[in-house]
Amino acid sequence: MAADLSAARAALEGVPSEPGVPKPDPIVKGDNITRTFGGLKAVDVEHIEIQRGVITALIGPNGAGKTTLFNLLTGFDEPDDGTWAFNGTALGKVPAYKVARLGMVRTFQLTKVLSKLTVIENMRLGAKGQRGEKFLSAAFKSLWGAQEKANTDRADALLERFKLDAKREDFAGSLSGGQRKLLEMARALMVDPELIMLDEPMAGVNPALKQSLLGHVKSLRDEGRTVLFVEHDMDMVRDISDWVIVMAQGQIVAEGTPQSVMADQRVIDAYLGAHHDSDITEIDIADLEKAAEAELDEGTKP
Amino acid sequence: MTETTQSAEHDNHLAHADGAVLRADDLIAGYLPGVNILNGADLYCQPGELVGIIGPNGAGKSTLLKALFGLVKVHEGSVKLKGEDITNQRADQLVSKGIGFVPQNNNVFPSLTIEENLEMGCYQDPKRFTERFGFVTDLFPRLGERRKQRAGQLSGGERQMVAMGRALMMDPSVLLLDEPSAGLSPVLQDEVFVQTRNINKAGVSVIMVEQNARRCLQICDRGYVLDQGRNAYSGTGKSLADDPKVIELYLGTLGQKED
Repeated sequence: MAADLSAARAALEGVPSEPGVPKPDPIVKGDNITRTFGGLKAVDVEHIEIQRGVITALIGPNGAGKTTLFNLLTGFDEPDDGTWAFNGTALGKVPAYKVARLGMVRTFQLTKVLSKLTVIENMRLGAKGQRGEKFLSAAFKSLWGAQEKANTDRADALLERFKLDAKREDFAGSLSGGQRKLLEMARALMVDPELIMLDEPMAGVNPALKQSLLGHVKSLRDEGRTVLFVEHDMDMVRDISDWVIVMAQGQIVAEGTPQSVMADQRVIDAYLGAHHDSDITEIDIADLEKAAEAELDEGTKP
Repeated sequence: MTETTQSAEHDNHLAHADGAVLRADDLIAGYLPGVNILNGADLYCQPGELVGIIGPNGAGKSTLLKALFGLVKVHEGSVKLKGEDITNQRADQLVSKGIGFVPQNNNVFPSLTIEENLEMGCYQDPKRFTERFGFVTDLFPRLGERRKQRAGQLSGGERQMVAMGRALMMDPSVLLLDEPSAGLSPVLQDEVFVQTRNINKAGVSVIMVEQNARRCLQICDRGYVLDQGRNAYSGTGKSLADDPKVIELYLGTLGQKED
Protein backbone atom coordinates (compact mmCIF):
# COMPACT_ATOMS: atom_id res chain seq x y z
CA MET A 1 0.00 0.00 0.00
CA ALA A 2 2.78 2.38 0.91
CA ALA A 3 4.30 1.90 -2.51
CA ASP A 4 0.94 2.65 -4.14
CA LEU A 5 0.64 5.79 -2.12
CA SER A 6 3.96 7.23 -3.08
CA ALA A 7 3.22 6.28 -6.67
CA ALA A 8 -0.08 8.16 -6.55
CA ARG A 9 1.63 11.23 -5.15
CA ALA A 10 4.59 10.95 -7.47
CA ALA A 11 2.20 10.84 -10.41
CA LEU A 12 1.11 14.36 -9.52
CA GLU A 13 4.63 15.69 -9.61
CA GLY A 14 4.74 16.40 -13.32
CA VAL A 15 1.23 17.86 -13.40
CA PRO A 16 1.33 21.58 -14.18
CA SER A 17 -0.39 24.03 -11.82
CA GLU A 18 -3.20 25.07 -14.16
CA PRO A 19 -6.96 25.26 -13.55
CA GLY A 20 -8.74 22.16 -14.88
CA VAL A 21 -5.48 20.37 -15.65
CA PRO A 22 -5.81 16.67 -16.64
CA LYS A 23 -4.50 14.17 -14.07
CA PRO A 24 -2.76 10.88 -14.81
CA ASP A 25 -5.35 8.71 -13.01
CA PRO A 26 -8.59 10.59 -12.32
CA ILE A 27 -11.34 8.98 -10.22
CA VAL A 28 -13.76 11.83 -10.94
CA LYS A 29 -13.99 13.80 -14.18
CA GLY A 30 -16.41 16.63 -14.83
CA ASP A 31 -17.13 18.93 -17.77
CA ASN A 32 -19.02 22.21 -18.15
CA ILE A 33 -20.93 21.89 -14.87
CA THR A 34 -23.07 24.95 -14.20
CA ARG A 35 -25.62 25.74 -11.54
CA THR A 36 -27.36 29.10 -11.17
CA PHE A 37 -29.46 30.36 -8.30
CA GLY A 38 -31.59 33.20 -9.61
CA GLY A 39 -29.15 35.41 -11.47
CA LEU A 40 -26.09 34.13 -9.63
CA LYS A 41 -23.82 31.53 -11.23
CA ALA A 42 -22.90 29.53 -8.17
CA VAL A 43 -20.93 26.91 -10.10
CA ASP A 44 -19.40 27.29 -13.54
CA VAL A 45 -16.72 24.63 -13.84
CA GLU A 46 -15.28 23.99 -17.28
CA HIS A 47 -13.26 20.92 -16.42
CA ILE A 48 -12.33 19.20 -13.19
CA GLU A 49 -10.41 16.03 -12.45
CA ILE A 50 -9.72 14.45 -9.07
CA GLN A 51 -6.65 12.27 -8.85
CA ARG A 52 -7.14 8.78 -7.40
CA GLY A 53 -5.48 7.77 -4.13
CA VAL A 54 -4.50 11.20 -2.85
CA ILE A 55 -5.96 13.92 -0.66
CA THR A 56 -7.33 16.81 -2.69
CA ALA A 57 -8.42 20.00 -0.95
CA LEU A 58 -11.10 22.25 -2.40
CA ILE A 59 -10.64 25.77 -1.07
CA GLY A 60 -11.90 29.25 -1.87
CA PRO A 61 -13.50 32.25 -0.23
CA ASN A 62 -17.07 32.33 1.07
CA GLY A 63 -19.62 31.83 -1.67
CA ALA A 64 -17.09 30.38 -4.13
CA GLY A 65 -19.37 27.42 -4.89
CA LYS A 66 -17.44 24.67 -3.12
CA THR A 67 -20.36 23.12 -1.27
CA THR A 68 -22.64 23.55 -4.29
CA LEU A 69 -20.13 21.63 -6.41
CA PHE A 70 -20.08 18.93 -3.72
CA ASN A 71 -23.87 18.76 -3.80
CA LEU A 72 -23.88 18.44 -7.59
CA LEU A 73 -21.22 15.75 -7.76
CA THR A 74 -22.97 13.63 -5.13
CA GLY A 75 -26.50 13.98 -6.50
CA PHE A 76 -27.83 16.19 -3.71
CA ASP A 77 -28.54 18.94 -6.21
CA GLU A 78 -29.15 19.06 -9.96
CA PRO A 79 -27.04 21.23 -12.26
CA ASP A 80 -28.39 23.37 -15.09
CA ASP A 81 -25.93 21.69 -17.37
CA GLY A 82 -22.86 19.49 -17.40
CA THR A 83 -21.59 15.93 -17.26
CA TRP A 84 -19.45 14.15 -14.73
CA ALA A 85 -18.35 10.61 -14.12
CA PHE A 86 -17.07 8.55 -11.23
CA ASN A 87 -14.75 5.73 -12.27
CA GLY A 88 -16.07 6.14 -15.80
CA THR A 89 -19.74 5.84 -14.77
CA ALA A 90 -21.72 8.93 -15.80
CA LEU A 91 -23.54 10.32 -12.77
CA GLY A 92 -25.97 12.84 -14.29
CA LYS A 93 -29.41 12.42 -12.66
CA VAL A 94 -28.20 9.58 -10.47
CA PRO A 95 -29.81 10.02 -7.02
CA ALA A 96 -27.65 10.57 -3.98
CA TYR A 97 -28.19 7.16 -2.43
CA LYS A 98 -27.06 5.40 -5.61
CA VAL A 99 -23.99 7.61 -5.83
CA ALA A 100 -23.11 6.48 -2.32
CA ARG A 101 -23.57 2.81 -3.24
CA LEU A 102 -21.23 3.27 -6.18
CA GLY A 103 -18.50 4.15 -3.70
CA MET A 104 -18.59 7.94 -3.55
CA VAL A 105 -19.71 9.04 -0.09
CA ARG A 106 -19.85 12.47 1.45
CA THR A 107 -20.19 14.07 4.85
CA PHE A 108 -21.81 17.41 5.63
CA GLN A 109 -20.54 20.65 7.08
CA LEU A 110 -23.48 20.69 9.48
CA THR A 111 -23.48 17.08 10.51
CA LYS A 112 -26.51 14.99 9.71
CA VAL A 113 -26.43 12.38 12.44
CA LEU A 114 -29.79 11.09 13.61
CA SER A 115 -29.85 12.47 17.12
CA LYS A 116 -32.61 10.23 18.52
CA LEU A 117 -30.77 7.07 17.49
CA THR A 118 -27.81 5.71 19.36
CA VAL A 119 -24.31 5.85 17.92
CA ILE A 120 -24.32 2.18 16.95
CA GLU A 121 -27.75 2.51 15.31
CA ASN A 122 -26.47 5.44 13.28
CA MET A 123 -23.58 3.29 12.17
CA ARG A 124 -25.76 0.34 11.12
CA LEU A 125 -27.83 2.69 8.98
CA GLY A 126 -24.75 3.40 6.92
CA ALA A 127 -24.51 -0.17 5.62
CA LYS A 128 -25.86 -0.92 2.16
CA GLY A 129 -27.83 -3.82 0.71
CA GLN A 130 -29.47 -4.74 4.00
CA ARG A 131 -31.64 -7.82 3.47
CA GLY A 132 -33.75 -7.09 6.54
CA GLU A 133 -35.14 -4.00 4.80
CA LYS A 134 -37.09 -6.16 2.35
CA PHE A 135 -40.74 -6.46 3.27
CA LEU A 136 -41.03 -10.24 3.21
CA SER A 137 -37.68 -11.18 4.64
CA ALA A 138 -37.98 -8.68 7.49
CA ALA A 139 -40.14 -11.16 9.40
CA PHE A 140 -37.52 -13.92 9.36
CA LYS A 141 -34.46 -13.10 11.34
CA SER A 142 -32.69 -16.17 9.95
CA LEU A 143 -32.56 -14.41 6.58
CA TRP A 144 -30.76 -11.31 7.76
CA GLY A 145 -29.39 -12.03 11.22
CA ALA A 146 -25.95 -13.01 9.98
CA GLN A 147 -25.67 -9.89 7.84
CA GLU A 148 -26.81 -7.71 10.72
CA LYS A 149 -24.14 -9.29 12.88
CA ALA A 150 -21.47 -8.65 10.25
CA ASN A 151 -22.59 -5.04 9.93
CA THR A 152 -22.50 -4.58 13.68
CA ASP A 153 -19.03 -6.07 13.89
CA ARG A 154 -17.86 -3.76 11.15
CA ALA A 155 -19.49 -0.81 12.89
CA ASP A 156 -17.84 -1.71 16.19
CA ALA A 157 -14.44 -1.94 14.53
CA LEU A 158 -14.93 1.50 13.00
CA LEU A 159 -16.14 3.00 16.28
CA GLU A 160 -13.03 1.68 17.94
CA ARG A 161 -10.86 3.14 15.21
CA PHE A 162 -12.48 6.57 15.64
CA LYS A 163 -12.41 6.22 19.44
CA LEU A 164 -16.18 6.37 19.71
CA ASP A 165 -16.58 2.89 21.20
CA ALA A 166 -17.21 4.31 24.66
CA LYS A 167 -20.18 6.21 23.21
CA ARG A 168 -21.68 3.16 21.48
CA GLU A 169 -25.00 3.22 23.32
CA ASP A 170 -25.30 7.01 23.72
CA PHE A 171 -27.78 9.00 21.67
CA ALA A 172 -26.02 10.68 18.78
CA GLY A 173 -27.68 13.92 19.86
CA SER A 174 -25.57 13.93 23.01
CA LEU A 175 -22.26 13.96 21.11
CA SER A 176 -20.12 17.06 20.80
CA GLY A 177 -19.63 18.73 17.42
CA GLY A 178 -16.28 17.05 16.89
CA GLN A 179 -17.60 13.63 17.87
CA ARG A 180 -20.44 14.04 15.40
CA LYS A 181 -17.91 14.74 12.66
CA LEU A 182 -16.13 11.54 13.62
CA LEU A 183 -19.41 9.62 13.64
CA GLU A 184 -20.28 10.90 10.16
CA MET A 185 -16.87 9.89 8.90
CA ALA A 186 -17.17 6.45 10.49
CA ARG A 187 -20.68 5.98 9.10
CA ALA A 188 -19.49 6.95 5.63
CA LEU A 189 -16.93 4.15 5.86
CA MET A 190 -19.67 1.55 6.40
CA VAL A 191 -20.08 1.28 2.62
CA ASP A 192 -16.33 0.96 2.13
CA PRO A 193 -16.16 3.91 -0.27
CA GLU A 194 -13.41 4.46 -2.80
CA LEU A 195 -13.87 8.21 -2.65
CA ILE A 196 -14.81 10.03 0.52
CA MET A 197 -15.82 13.67 0.34
CA LEU A 198 -15.63 15.73 3.53
CA ASP A 199 -17.39 19.09 3.73
CA GLU A 200 -15.49 21.28 6.21
CA PRO A 201 -14.43 18.48 8.56
CA MET A 202 -12.71 20.95 10.89
CA ALA A 203 -15.57 23.46 11.23
CA GLY A 204 -16.72 23.65 14.82
CA VAL A 205 -14.20 21.13 16.09
CA ASN A 206 -12.18 22.07 19.16
CA PRO A 207 -8.42 22.31 18.73
CA ALA A 208 -7.70 19.25 20.85
CA LEU A 209 -9.74 17.04 18.55
CA LYS A 210 -8.40 18.66 15.37
CA GLN A 211 -5.10 16.86 15.53
CA SER A 212 -6.74 13.46 15.81
CA LEU A 213 -9.23 14.30 13.07
CA LEU A 214 -6.28 15.19 10.83
CA GLY A 215 -4.76 11.81 11.59
CA HIS A 216 -8.01 10.07 10.67
CA VAL A 217 -8.23 11.88 7.33
CA LYS A 218 -4.66 10.89 6.52
CA SER A 219 -5.38 7.29 7.50
CA LEU A 220 -8.20 7.20 4.93
CA ARG A 221 -5.71 7.98 2.21
CA ASP A 222 -3.10 5.65 3.62
CA GLU A 223 -5.51 2.74 3.30
CA GLY A 224 -5.93 3.51 -0.39
CA ARG A 225 -9.03 5.72 -0.48
CA THR A 226 -9.32 8.97 -2.35
CA VAL A 227 -10.20 11.99 -0.21
CA LEU A 228 -11.72 15.26 -1.43
CA PHE A 229 -12.38 17.86 1.22
CA VAL A 230 -13.62 21.42 1.51
CA GLU A 231 -11.82 23.39 4.16
CA HIS A 232 -11.22 26.92 5.38
CA ASP A 233 -8.50 26.05 7.84
CA MET A 234 -5.40 26.80 5.78
CA ASP A 235 -3.09 25.08 8.25
CA MET A 236 -4.99 21.86 7.75
CA VAL A 237 -4.90 22.26 3.99
CA ARG A 238 -1.16 22.75 4.04
CA ASP A 239 -0.64 19.88 6.47
CA ILE A 240 -2.46 17.08 4.76
CA SER A 241 -3.34 17.78 1.17
CA ASP A 242 -1.42 16.44 -1.80
CA TRP A 243 -3.23 18.67 -4.27
CA VAL A 244 -5.30 21.83 -3.91
CA ILE A 245 -8.08 23.14 -6.16
CA VAL A 246 -9.08 26.77 -5.64
CA MET A 247 -12.54 28.04 -6.53
CA ALA A 248 -13.78 31.62 -6.68
CA GLN A 249 -17.08 32.91 -8.01
CA GLY A 250 -18.06 29.42 -9.13
CA GLN A 251 -14.97 28.79 -11.24
CA ILE A 252 -11.74 26.94 -10.69
CA VAL A 253 -9.15 29.70 -10.60
CA ALA A 254 -6.05 27.75 -9.64
CA GLU A 255 -4.74 24.26 -8.93
CA GLY A 256 -1.52 22.79 -7.72
CA THR A 257 0.44 21.56 -4.76
CA PRO A 258 -0.27 23.41 -1.50
CA GLN A 259 3.01 25.29 -1.81
CA SER A 260 2.47 26.47 -5.36
CA VAL A 261 -1.20 27.35 -4.85
CA MET A 262 -0.72 29.47 -1.77
CA ALA A 263 1.88 31.62 -3.48
CA ASP A 264 -0.33 31.99 -6.57
CA GLN A 265 -1.39 35.57 -7.25
CA ARG A 266 -4.80 34.35 -8.49
CA VAL A 267 -5.43 32.72 -5.13
CA ILE A 268 -4.42 35.78 -3.17
CA ASP A 269 -6.78 37.80 -5.37
CA ALA A 270 -9.58 35.30 -4.82
CA TYR A 271 -9.28 35.66 -1.07
CA LEU A 272 -8.63 39.35 -0.76
CA GLY A 273 -10.84 40.49 -3.62
CA ALA A 274 -10.04 40.86 -7.29
CA HIS A 275 -9.46 44.05 -9.25
CA HIS A 276 -6.22 44.60 -7.38
CA ASP A 277 -4.93 46.34 -10.47
CA SER A 278 -7.43 49.19 -10.22
CA ASP A 279 -8.30 51.32 -7.23
CA ILE A 280 -12.02 51.86 -6.79
CA THR A 281 -11.45 55.46 -5.78
CA GLU A 282 -9.90 56.09 -9.18
CA ILE A 283 -12.25 54.25 -11.52
CA ASP A 284 -14.81 56.07 -13.64
CA ILE A 285 -17.98 56.16 -11.55
CA ALA A 286 -20.21 56.95 -14.54
CA ASP A 287 -18.94 53.87 -16.39
CA LEU A 288 -19.51 51.74 -13.31
CA GLU A 289 -23.03 53.08 -12.81
CA LYS A 290 -23.86 52.29 -16.43
CA ALA A 291 -22.49 48.74 -16.18
CA ALA A 292 -24.28 48.13 -12.88
CA GLU A 293 -27.53 49.57 -14.23
CA ALA A 294 -27.27 47.26 -17.26
CA GLU A 295 -26.67 44.20 -15.07
CA LEU A 296 -29.56 45.07 -12.81
CA ASP A 297 -31.90 45.56 -15.78
CA GLU A 298 -30.80 42.19 -17.12
CA GLY A 299 -31.53 40.57 -13.77
CA THR A 300 -35.04 41.96 -13.41
CA LYS A 301 -36.32 40.96 -16.85
CA PRO A 302 -39.06 38.38 -16.46
CA MET B 1 4.32 40.10 18.69
CA THR B 2 5.25 40.40 22.32
CA GLU B 3 2.81 41.16 25.13
CA THR B 4 4.19 44.63 25.77
CA THR B 5 3.95 45.90 22.21
CA GLN B 6 0.47 44.46 21.98
CA SER B 7 -0.76 46.30 25.05
CA ALA B 8 1.07 49.45 23.94
CA GLU B 9 -0.74 49.24 20.64
CA HIS B 10 -3.97 48.68 22.52
CA ASP B 11 -3.45 51.85 24.60
CA ASN B 12 -2.43 53.82 21.55
CA HIS B 13 -5.55 52.66 19.75
CA LEU B 14 -7.86 53.73 22.57
CA ALA B 15 -6.09 57.07 22.92
CA HIS B 16 -7.72 58.04 19.62
CA ALA B 17 -11.15 56.80 20.61
CA ASP B 18 -12.28 59.93 22.47
CA GLY B 19 -15.34 61.51 20.94
CA ALA B 20 -16.17 58.38 18.96
CA VAL B 21 -19.76 57.96 17.85
CA LEU B 22 -19.52 54.24 18.57
CA ARG B 23 -16.86 52.38 20.46
CA ALA B 24 -16.38 48.88 21.81
CA ASP B 25 -13.87 47.96 24.45
CA ASP B 26 -12.52 44.49 25.21
CA LEU B 27 -15.56 42.69 23.92
CA ILE B 28 -15.91 39.06 24.93
CA ALA B 29 -18.97 37.60 23.30
CA GLY B 30 -20.39 34.43 21.82
CA TYR B 31 -23.54 32.56 20.86
CA LEU B 32 -23.28 29.80 23.48
CA PRO B 33 -22.28 30.02 27.12
CA GLY B 34 -18.64 29.09 27.52
CA VAL B 35 -17.89 29.35 23.78
CA ASN B 36 -16.56 32.81 23.04
CA ILE B 37 -16.19 33.97 19.46
CA LEU B 38 -14.85 37.39 20.42
CA ASN B 39 -11.92 37.30 22.79
CA GLY B 40 -11.33 40.94 23.58
CA ALA B 41 -11.98 42.93 20.42
CA ASP B 42 -11.74 46.74 20.40
CA LEU B 43 -13.14 49.16 17.90
CA TYR B 44 -14.11 52.77 17.54
CA CYS B 45 -15.68 54.91 14.84
CA GLN B 46 -15.35 58.68 14.82
CA PRO B 47 -18.18 60.87 13.48
CA GLY B 48 -18.12 60.81 9.69
CA GLU B 49 -15.66 57.95 9.50
CA LEU B 50 -15.91 54.90 7.27
CA VAL B 51 -14.45 51.94 9.14
CA GLY B 52 -13.84 48.51 7.60
CA ILE B 53 -13.50 45.18 9.40
CA ILE B 54 -11.81 42.37 7.50
CA GLY B 55 -10.29 39.04 8.42
CA PRO B 56 -10.28 35.37 7.44
CA ASN B 57 -13.31 33.12 7.74
CA GLY B 58 -14.35 32.53 11.31
CA ALA B 59 -12.36 35.47 12.63
CA GLY B 60 -15.47 36.90 14.30
CA LYS B 61 -16.18 39.82 11.97
CA SER B 62 -19.94 39.36 11.76
CA THR B 63 -20.10 38.44 15.43
CA LEU B 64 -18.42 41.72 16.32
CA LEU B 65 -20.96 43.64 14.27
CA LYS B 66 -23.84 41.71 15.84
CA ALA B 67 -22.41 42.32 19.31
CA LEU B 68 -22.41 46.07 18.61
CA PHE B 69 -26.09 45.79 17.71
CA GLY B 70 -27.17 43.65 20.66
CA LEU B 71 -27.78 40.53 18.56
CA VAL B 72 -25.04 38.55 20.27
CA LYS B 73 -24.72 38.44 24.03
CA VAL B 74 -21.74 40.41 25.26
CA HIS B 75 -20.24 38.60 28.26
CA GLU B 76 -17.55 41.15 29.09
CA GLY B 77 -16.57 44.56 27.83
CA SER B 78 -18.74 47.46 26.78
CA VAL B 79 -20.33 49.11 23.77
CA LYS B 80 -20.87 52.86 23.91
CA LEU B 81 -22.88 55.08 21.59
CA LYS B 82 -21.87 58.74 21.93
CA GLY B 83 -20.67 58.01 25.45
CA GLU B 84 -23.80 56.17 26.57
CA ASP B 85 -23.38 52.53 27.59
CA ILE B 86 -25.61 50.47 25.29
CA THR B 87 -24.14 47.02 25.95
CA ASN B 88 -26.68 44.23 25.39
CA GLN B 89 -29.58 46.56 24.74
CA ARG B 90 -32.36 45.37 22.45
CA ALA B 91 -32.00 46.00 18.74
CA ASP B 92 -35.17 48.10 18.49
CA GLN B 93 -33.95 50.38 21.29
CA LEU B 94 -30.64 50.77 19.48
CA VAL B 95 -32.40 51.71 16.27
CA SER B 96 -34.27 54.52 18.01
CA LYS B 97 -30.99 55.65 19.57
CA GLY B 98 -29.38 55.98 16.17
CA ILE B 99 -27.81 52.73 14.97
CA GLY B 100 -28.74 51.30 11.60
CA PHE B 101 -27.99 47.64 10.91
CA VAL B 102 -28.02 45.79 7.58
CA PRO B 103 -27.83 42.01 8.00
CA GLN B 104 -26.08 39.86 5.43
CA ASN B 105 -28.96 37.53 4.55
CA ASN B 106 -32.75 37.72 4.41
CA ASN B 107 -32.52 41.44 4.73
CA VAL B 108 -35.73 42.45 2.92
CA PHE B 109 -39.40 41.59 3.44
CA PRO B 110 -40.02 39.73 0.17
CA SER B 111 -43.81 40.08 0.10
CA LEU B 112 -43.73 43.83 0.70
CA THR B 113 -43.03 46.42 -1.96
CA ILE B 114 -39.87 48.52 -1.96
CA GLU B 115 -41.82 51.44 -0.54
CA GLU B 116 -43.35 49.29 2.22
CA ASN B 117 -39.93 47.88 3.04
CA LEU B 118 -38.64 51.41 3.49
CA GLU B 119 -41.71 52.28 5.58
CA MET B 120 -40.81 49.41 7.89
CA GLY B 121 -37.49 51.16 8.41
CA CYS B 122 -39.17 54.04 10.20
CA TYR B 123 -42.15 52.36 11.85
CA GLN B 124 -40.95 53.84 15.14
CA ASP B 125 -41.40 57.33 13.73
CA PRO B 126 -43.71 57.23 10.67
CA LYS B 127 -43.99 61.01 10.40
CA ARG B 128 -40.49 61.15 8.97
CA PHE B 129 -41.26 58.84 6.09
CA THR B 130 -41.62 61.44 3.31
CA GLU B 131 -38.44 63.29 4.17
CA ARG B 132 -36.35 60.13 4.62
CA PHE B 133 -37.82 58.47 1.55
CA GLY B 134 -36.54 61.44 -0.42
CA PHE B 135 -33.08 61.08 1.11
CA VAL B 136 -32.91 57.37 0.33
CA THR B 137 -34.21 57.65 -3.22
CA ASP B 138 -31.68 60.41 -3.88
CA LEU B 139 -28.98 57.91 -2.97
CA PHE B 140 -30.69 55.03 -4.78
CA PRO B 141 -32.79 56.48 -7.63
CA ARG B 142 -33.57 52.93 -8.71
CA LEU B 143 -35.60 52.35 -5.55
CA GLY B 144 -37.77 55.38 -6.27
CA GLU B 145 -38.41 54.24 -9.84
CA ARG B 146 -39.52 50.82 -8.65
CA ARG B 147 -41.24 51.74 -5.42
CA LYS B 148 -44.30 49.57 -6.11
CA GLN B 149 -42.33 46.44 -7.00
CA ARG B 150 -42.27 43.57 -4.50
CA ALA B 151 -38.87 43.08 -2.89
CA GLY B 152 -39.09 39.31 -3.45
CA GLN B 153 -38.79 39.88 -7.21
CA LEU B 154 -35.63 41.94 -6.94
CA SER B 155 -32.13 40.77 -7.77
CA GLY B 156 -29.46 40.49 -5.09
CA GLY B 157 -27.97 43.89 -5.92
CA GLU B 158 -31.32 45.64 -5.64
CA ARG B 159 -32.20 43.87 -2.40
CA GLN B 160 -28.97 45.15 -0.94
CA MET B 161 -30.05 48.69 -1.89
CA VAL B 162 -33.43 48.15 -0.24
CA ALA B 163 -31.81 46.82 2.93
CA MET B 164 -29.34 49.71 3.08
CA GLY B 165 -32.09 52.19 2.32
CA ARG B 166 -34.31 50.79 5.05
CA ALA B 167 -31.54 51.09 7.62
CA LEU B 168 -31.14 54.75 6.62
CA MET B 169 -34.81 55.58 7.18
CA MET B 170 -34.28 56.45 10.84
CA ASP B 171 -31.41 58.80 10.00
CA PRO B 172 -28.88 56.77 11.99
CA SER B 173 -25.73 58.33 13.35
CA VAL B 174 -23.87 55.14 12.55
CA LEU B 175 -24.68 52.46 9.96
CA LEU B 176 -23.51 48.86 10.40
CA LEU B 177 -23.14 46.81 7.19
CA ASP B 178 -22.58 43.05 7.28
CA GLU B 179 -20.79 41.94 4.08
CA PRO B 180 -22.84 44.09 1.72
CA SER B 181 -21.00 42.77 -1.35
CA ALA B 182 -21.51 39.06 -0.60
CA GLY B 183 -23.02 37.06 -3.42
CA LEU B 184 -22.88 39.87 -5.97
CA SER B 185 -21.14 40.00 -9.34
CA PRO B 186 -17.86 41.98 -9.50
CA VAL B 187 -19.53 45.00 -11.13
CA LEU B 188 -22.34 45.08 -8.58
CA GLN B 189 -19.83 44.60 -5.77
CA ASP B 190 -18.05 47.73 -6.97
CA GLU B 191 -21.39 49.48 -7.17
CA VAL B 192 -22.11 48.61 -3.52
CA PHE B 193 -18.72 49.98 -2.46
CA VAL B 194 -19.33 53.21 -4.34
CA GLN B 195 -22.78 53.50 -2.78
CA THR B 196 -21.36 52.88 0.67
CA ARG B 197 -18.85 55.62 0.08
CA ASN B 198 -21.69 57.92 -1.04
CA ILE B 199 -23.72 57.18 2.08
CA ASN B 200 -20.65 58.02 4.13
CA LYS B 201 -20.08 61.24 2.19
CA ALA B 202 -23.71 62.18 2.93
CA GLY B 203 -22.66 62.38 6.56
CA VAL B 204 -23.39 58.91 7.96
CA SER B 205 -20.65 57.15 9.91
CA VAL B 206 -20.29 53.61 8.61
CA ILE B 207 -18.82 50.42 10.04
CA MET B 208 -18.68 47.65 7.44
CA VAL B 209 -17.64 44.02 7.64
CA GLU B 210 -16.32 42.78 4.30
CA GLN B 211 -15.03 39.65 2.65
CA ASN B 212 -13.72 41.62 -0.33
CA ALA B 213 -10.83 42.92 1.72
CA ARG B 214 -9.05 44.86 -1.01
CA ARG B 215 -12.06 46.87 -2.09
CA CYS B 216 -13.04 47.49 1.50
CA LEU B 217 -9.60 48.82 2.38
CA GLN B 218 -9.65 51.06 -0.68
CA ILE B 219 -12.78 52.90 0.38
CA CYS B 220 -12.48 52.95 4.16
CA ASP B 221 -10.70 55.57 6.23
CA ARG B 222 -9.52 53.02 8.75
CA GLY B 223 -9.55 49.25 8.83
CA TYR B 224 -9.42 46.53 11.44
CA VAL B 225 -8.10 43.06 10.72
CA LEU B 226 -9.59 40.46 13.02
CA ASP B 227 -8.18 37.04 13.75
CA GLN B 228 -9.61 34.56 16.23
CA GLY B 229 -11.89 37.11 17.82
CA ARG B 230 -9.16 39.70 18.46
CA ASN B 231 -7.76 42.72 16.71
CA ALA B 232 -4.75 41.49 14.80
CA TYR B 233 -3.92 44.73 13.00
CA SER B 234 -5.47 48.12 12.51
CA GLY B 235 -4.50 51.16 10.53
CA THR B 236 -5.49 53.28 7.57
CA GLY B 237 -7.01 51.41 4.67
CA LYS B 238 -3.96 52.05 2.49
CA SER B 239 -1.42 50.84 5.02
CA LEU B 240 -3.31 47.59 5.60
CA ALA B 241 -3.85 46.94 1.90
CA ASP B 242 -0.09 46.92 1.35
CA ASP B 243 0.74 44.89 4.46
CA PRO B 244 2.00 41.37 3.68
CA LYS B 245 1.03 40.29 7.20
CA VAL B 246 -2.62 40.68 6.23
CA ILE B 247 -2.23 38.29 3.32
CA GLU B 248 -0.47 35.91 5.66
CA LEU B 249 -3.48 35.89 7.98
CA TYR B 250 -5.74 34.85 5.13
CA LEU B 251 -3.56 32.24 3.51
CA GLY B 252 -1.17 31.11 6.23
CA THR B 253 2.54 31.60 6.09
CA LEU B 254 2.60 30.15 2.59
CA GLY B 255 0.68 33.15 1.32
CA GLN B 256 3.91 35.04 1.27
CA LYS B 257 6.06 34.55 -1.75
CA GLU B 258 9.25 32.75 -0.90
CA ASP B 259 12.30 34.93 -1.14
